[in-house]
Amino acid sequence: MSHTEKAGKGGGGITLPDDVLVDLEAEFKVSNIQEVLDKLDRELVGLKPVKTRIREIAALLLVDRLRKQFELTSETPTLHMSFTGNPGTGKTTVALRMAEILHRLGYVREGHLVAVTRDDLVGQYIGHTAPKTKEVIKKAMGGVLFIDEAYYLYKPENERDYGQESIEILLQVMENNRDDLVVILAGYKDKMDRFFDSNPGMRSRVAQHVDFPDYSSDELMAIAKLMLGSQNYCFSPAGERAFREYIPLRMKLEHFANARSIRNALDRARLRQANRLFAGRKNKLTKNDLVTIEADDVLASRVFQDGQLDAGPES
Amino acid sequence: MMTNHGNRITQGQFSFLPDLTDAQITSQIKYALKSGWAVSVEYTDDPHPRNTYWDMFGMPMFDLKDPAGILMEINNCRKTFPNHYIRVMAFDSSRGWETPRMSYIVNRPKKEPGFGLSRQESDGRSIRYTVHSYATDKPEGERY
Repeated sequence: MSHTEKAGKGGGGITLPDDVLVDLEAEFKVSNIQEVLDKLDRELVGLKPVKTRIREIAALLLVDRLRKQFELTSETPTLHMSFTGNPGTGKTTVALRMAEILHRLGYVREGHLVAVTRDDLVGQYIGHTAPKTKEVIKKAMGGVLFIDEAYYLYKPENERDYGQESIEILLQVMENNRDDLVVILAGYKDKMDRFFDSNPGMRSRVAQHVDFPDYSSDELMAIAKLMLGSQNYCFSPAGERAFREYIPLRMKLEHFANARSIRNALDRARLRQANRLFAGRKNKLTKNDLVTIEADDVLASRVFQDGQLDAGPES
Repeated sequence: MMTNHGNRITQGQFSFLPDLTDAQITSQIKYALKSGWAVSVEYTDDPHPRNTYWDMFGMPMFDLKDPAGILMEINNCRKTFPNHYIRVMAFDSSRGWETPRMSYIVNRPKKEPGFGLSRQESDGRSIRYTVHSYATDKPEGERY
């Protein structure tokens, strides 16, 4: 009789006796997180501290799952995160991987990422904000809500700004629907710090703060090669040397956005390469001609000539 | 209606079954979302079977991945209208227009007075029949 009572207490789940051994390795394999972590290592250059943090978070969640088997109930860990760092340091990409990790560990049900900014959350007139924010939240449920440049939600200089309303709805959902969605706030470090200072409620609900460092020039070179490779281009040896010179020059200029600036520079180099091939009027081109970025394509940049930004899209 | 013991109106799916639990509602919504249908929540206090168009509780919800958001709206609607009929509908747009695919009641008043049958004597000795909801004798908002 007492036995059946005990079984009923478990609430459907099976509680393991204290001396049973659980296999961390097996649990790790079943969840397939290694695959996601490997992908993260492969696709993202550098970002050592970020990768370590992600690994730590994954480990925490995994251990938490094992603890559950012994009914060592710790509250579901707060998973809301803040990603701080300069533009182009890979915050969105990491958020995507994070959604995948959380999905594999069963902390979100669907594992999709809904990326929004202030415009998607805050309305333009009274009564517009709440339905707008709620609609976004409903879309993100079962996955991760990624709010880019989250500090724009709070505009202290305008007391009638509707951003505050949006923040309050978010806070409520972050507290009450913790099982339904994970919120990741992203933005520049200093502005995010100010945002958290003025919204203590937000600070206390965000447990994981991950800081994204800037890339070094070597890392940026590796990124450039990775990007070119994925587009089926490559540098000639001289072209590579030229680009290696280009990176530190570009880093000194204003509006430097890490990997995004590198991508834009490569786009312009491709443009010049196409122009060079076209202007050369060489009718017979080899495959090698079509895929190689020469030194001239890079050196034509105004960054080299008068230390100014190239015209055209720049961010 | 004496044929309907318990005086529960039977409209849409599952209406002869006991009330759906939230878990059952969630799995029905999951099925709708997996099929790519848009789900919406509607309410009314006029349960006449020919009253097809109920009031919308917010917009139909498009592009959702997970039932939790819809369940949240259902619970909001229950809080606002605890004594109304509330139904969940799923619309399929794959034919180029929105086609209702699912419709089921998720909330009903505590006491459902049901329908009366009224007879109208018309030309000759012929009789016209119509059903009349006892609840609609009272003005809107005070019916249940």
